[in-house]
Amino acid sequence: MPTLSSVLLEILQLILMLVLAPLLVGWVRWLKARLLARRGPPILQPYRDFFRLCGKEVVMAHNASWLYRSAPYLVFVFVWTAAALVPTFTTDLALSPAFDLIAVVGLLGTARFMTALAGMDVGTSFGGIGSSREMLIAALAEPAMLMVIFILGIVVHSTALPDIANAMMSGTLGLRVSFAMALFAILLVAIAENGRIPIDNPATHLELTMVHEAMVLEYSGRHLALIEAAGMLRLTLYIALICSIFVSFGMATPGAGAGAILVGLALVPVKLAVGGAMVAIFETSIAKMRVFRYPEFLAMAFLMGLLGVILLYISRGW
Amino acid sequence: MSLIGSSIGLLLLLGLLALIAGHCQRATVFVYAASAAAAAIIAYLALSYLIMGSIGNEIVSYPIGLPWLRVQLGIDSLSAFFLFVVNLGAVAASVFGIGYDKNDGHGSHGTGRFLPLFPLFLAGMNIVLVASDAFTFLLGWEFMSLSSWLLVLSTHREEGTSRAANIYLVMAGFGTAALLLAFGLLAAGNGDITFAAMRAVPLSPLMASVVFGLVLIGAGSKAGLVPLHVWLPLAHPAAPSHVSALMSGVMTKVAIYGLIRIVFDLVGQPLWWWGMIVLVLGGITAVLGVLQAMMQRDLKSMLAYSTVENIGIITIGLGLTLAFQANGMKALAALAMTAALFHVLNHAIFKSLLFLGVGCVLTATHQRDMEKMGGLIHKMPITAAAFLVGCIAISGLPPMNGFVSEWLTFQAILNGSDLVQWPVRVAVPVVGALLALAVALAAGAFVRTYGVVFLGRARSSHASDAVEVSFSMKASVAVLALLCLVIGVLPTSVLSLISPLISQFVGVPLQVGSGLSWLTLTSETDGGGSYNGVVLLVMVLAFMAGLIYTMHSFGNRTSRRSIPWGCGFTDDPGPVSQYTASSFAQPIRRVFGASLFSARDHVDMPKPGETRAAVFRVTMRDPVWDWVFTPLLGSIGALTDKINILQSLTIRHYLGLMLATLVVLIGVVAAIQ
Amino acid sequence: MTSGISYDVAHLLGAVVLLISFALLVEQRVIALISTFAAQGVVLSLAALWEGWSHNIHHLYLSAAIIFTVKAMIIPMTLNFLVGAMKVHHHETDPGLGVGGALAIGISLVVLSIVSIFPIAPAVTVLTKESLALAFSVLLHGMLMMVTRRNAISQLIGFMSIENGLLMAAIGVQGMPLAVEVSIAFTVLVAAFIFGIFIFGIRDRVETLDIHQLDLYRGERH
Repeated sequence: MPTLSSVLLEILQLILMLVLAPLLVGWVRWLKARLLARRGPPILQPYRDFFRLCGKEVVMAHNASWLYRSAPYLVFVFVWTAAALVPTFTTDLALSPAFDLIAVVGLLGTARFMTALAGMDVGTSFGGIGSSREMLIAALAEPAMLMVIFILGIVVHSTALPDIANAMMSGTLGLRVSFAMALFAILLVAIAENGRIPIDNPATHLELTMVHEAMVLEYSGRHLALIEAAGMLRLTLYIALICSIFVSFGMATPGAGAGAILVGLALVPVKLAVGGAMVAIFETSIAKMRVFRYPEFLAMAFLMGLLGVILLYISRGW
Repeated sequence: MSLIGSSIGLLLLLGLLALIAGHCQRATVFVYAASAAAAAIIAYLALSYLIMGSIGNEIVSYPIGLPWLRVQLGIDSLSAFFLFVVNLGAVAASVFGIGYDKNDGHGSHGTGRFLPLFPLFLAGMNIVLVASDAFTFLLGWEFMSLSSWLLVLSTHREEGTSRAANIYLVMAGFGTAALLLAFGLLAAGNGDITFAAMRAVPLSPLMASVVFGLVLIGAGSKAGLVPLHVWLPLAHPAAPSHVSALMSGVMTKVAIYGLIRIVFDLVGQPLWWWGMIVLVLGGITAVLGVLQAMMQRDLKSMLAYSTVENIGIITIGLGLTLAFQANGMKALAALAMTAALFHVLNHAIFKSLLFLGVGCVLTATHQRDMEKMGGLIHKMPITAAAFLVGCIAISGLPPMNGFVSEWLTFQAILNGSDLVQWPVRVAVPVVGALLALAVALAAGAFVRTYGVVFLGRARSSHASDAVEVSFSMKASVAVLALLCLVIGVLPTSVLSLISPLISQFVGVPLQVGSGLSWLTLTSETDGGGSYNGVVLLVMVLAFMAGLIYTMHSFGNRTSRRSIPWGCGFTDDPGPVSQYTASSFAQPIRRVFGASLFSARDHVDMPKPGETRAAVFRVTMRDPVWDWVFTPLLGSIGALTDKINILQSLTIRHYLGLMLATLVVLIGVVAAIQ
Repeated sequence: MTSGISYDVAHLLGAVVLLISFALLVEQRVIALISTFAAQGVVLSLAALWEGWSHNIHHLYLSAAIIFTVKAMIIPMTLNFLVGAMKVHHHETDPGLGVGGALAIGISLVVLSIVSIFPIAPAVTVLTKESLALAFSVLLHGMLMMVTRRNAISQLIGFMSIENGLLMAAIGVQGMPLAVEVSIAFTVLVAAFIFGIFIFGIRDRVETLDIHQLDLYRGERH
């Protein structure tokens, strides 16, 4: 039975993710602009965009079905639920015992499935190209993600996120090479799943370079606001996930006092900001890839994961 | 138990009745309704056996069959579970059959031709499941094979059906022969062919391995394991839709039953490398199946290939079970076997749902080609909603049932690193990656299917003129869709059905959390992972309600309809500009298909001035033909050429051969003694 | 487990060398292959440096210096000069195995080398066994590269990376005399120049670097 404090912390986590997600994206966009010697939009711009879109009328194609209309809500809800499960400032979340890392991947999968279907609903070639490529990327990324989970599973003997974070924080695991491999693999997976450069370019509307934007091209008004918010939440979720596994220091553990929770809370924006800055620097220093080089990119992630597993076997004496 | 026997008898009688009165419409309805009733009775009895552990007289014998043998029927938790799965699918297919318009894209033909076979097919599958001696088992197995073969042939006027049926017949005969040999070896100890006697006789590791290999061939060819899957995607789609649902959703499960019954029950303690073989075969089957599914244009072939994939997933679970059991890791074996059996149930439900849904689509459009459909979500809302549920479920996504069994399989895989033998330990992450790839590709394949068939705009007049189907058809898909959701949300209820079976075969049941957390699915590891469908459903519903309310009360709630953006066309470019099924599959085809299936795109572009249309063609080959069957046939041919010499020897040579045979045989006997 | 951080860093550097050898298998562009190879040299010299520092073996510093000069500077520069002199196009590719094939065969070779190394050396430490196994995989990858590539320059790089595997083994197994390493390094340097001369020769006579074209000139072929 979840304790009252964990329920409160869970609610705090839900709100925190919702509030920080646009801020993180605003920060990444601003920093990217700065790195390219532009002035860049204000960091709060994503909030403004969101409210502006909410205030706009929705324009839909004549043949848009109920699926098209409900998809933005479903996508947002599934991503938000997944975001609620990733420990950021504390490992004592009420919902954590109910879902593990595989379930989080599954929830994101459902969100992706609905987005891809919505892309096919209106019946334009744009939506189709986006859906088709999105599913290709997902298919290539999933094996690499599983390798990361496998490495964590061998070391921590659990797929529950709080267990993983607690084990990593305890410091007894040491600096394993496999973790470095897993970290690289999950970074590549995160880039692919979030449609960042070099896989996808979130800033363009040129048909040859976009994947995610092509799927949601027909959306407008409040629907678009939700889809974009879900995208921001997903980026935040992935950075938070990577932080909770590999840079988990400072998180409050169950039974910790208010002080520890405050420290954890204060560290969350710092971690996200550093993660976002790395995204921005990486994106400005690399060019978009051709679609048929995706397999190489994600095969590299998979290879690192599998080598990590094998090295882990070796270090345990084969 | 005798009630189950009587129900099977009823099914056999129904076959006879249909043979006599098959052309009468009322008799058709009666046969389907009575089949549904018989199947429902068996499913109910099996369920009560699983829940209560007994339904009275577990073994009955009937004075039929060979003169010195009495046919023995029996029930234990394994057969009860499979009886439940099979008859669940059978009830849905029978109810669907009541309202089935005989014209489903196979061209019109009377029901009379295949109606008698339908109850016989059901009876055959049930006989296999309740058989408790080898003779009855093989009798039921052949009954099932032959009646389904005839059902495939019922559409013999179509191109390709006869080839499908021929390949099916050869494969089925081959499989049965392998099973016959396996039973022969099992009974070799004391010549008794009852399962109880076989169980009691211990086998040497060598004999056990031979039996294992034979069963893998026999049951694997029926289930559709690569490389013995080639008949399946040809034969399953050729039958009428509700029969396809039975063949894909249910008959493959009977094959899995055969595998479990013989390998886990009759043979005894497994060796670790059996697990390795089954595991790797499962991984390859899953990926090859789903890649092929991704590239099919024919709706039913696509579903048939997806069956191959799901059989692969089940097989992965079984392979892990064998590997864990060989190492004495009982708790993990229980986890892996639960995963496999859970997926058996799930696949039976959602594959039946999808095939019946396709049956609805075929009835409405008379088309099997995806490229001629589109926009059916507007014409057939209930079928579309149920089909969507099936697609989410088969893609292994929460909150549907497919996710639960795949989650369990992944948990079992994650524990595979503790296995002792290094080849399995290395194989486990690789197979895990294959499984992850297969699951993600399945999501892609079903986005493609659903997107092309139900979403977008109608690509032909067949699709634009479609209307929703009859009540019994809608009802059967809707109920199956509801089952997908209920099992996905309350997986622990199914676990309690499976656990007696797991304790019987593995020794320990899968532990379900205690106290309030019983709704949470947990794996067997210390700490472990967890998944709670109820919490997910409540959260999603609550968040949805809150979100819709917020967005509509604080945001702008108006909406307007307009034409979509046409990539620069000012007026509507029409449905041909949509992404098609082939174009959706193109990236995957290029990444995986080019080397695996030697998929090639051929574009025949007219020269400037020519008025004909450009033609685009994709050619593909199943690698199994090139790598396995063609060399096999070639070597058999070469061998027969060599043996041909024997036809024209002199009488002295023949006598010499006989003498040599005799001498060798005496030598063998002498060596054994 | 052996002493913490020293073990981990050695482990990491070995793994990175192996990863780069995978990159060598997959990389298609001839120009990029040269830089990838140089990177392998750099990491290898770092590994030697680390090994020397953590186990206090001074001659390994010299090895590191030699590896760095030869593998990361002289040979890549020579190759770049060759490429420039023969006007190899910037985008000239040598497809090799493709990603899937390289992954499957490469990983199998790694597993094979682990399986073959671990039982035969039971007495030494895990770290030694492991670096031997990694070195052996790098060596096998180099051979695989020589088998699958068509371009003479990529074949040369394959040959050099076989030798990287040898050096890696020399670094990992303590007690390998410096003289051996030095002689390996110089043998390879000489080999590189001989290769270079041959490549020039091939280029002059048949106007291509695709060595499969040479098959056309084989007399005994029917």
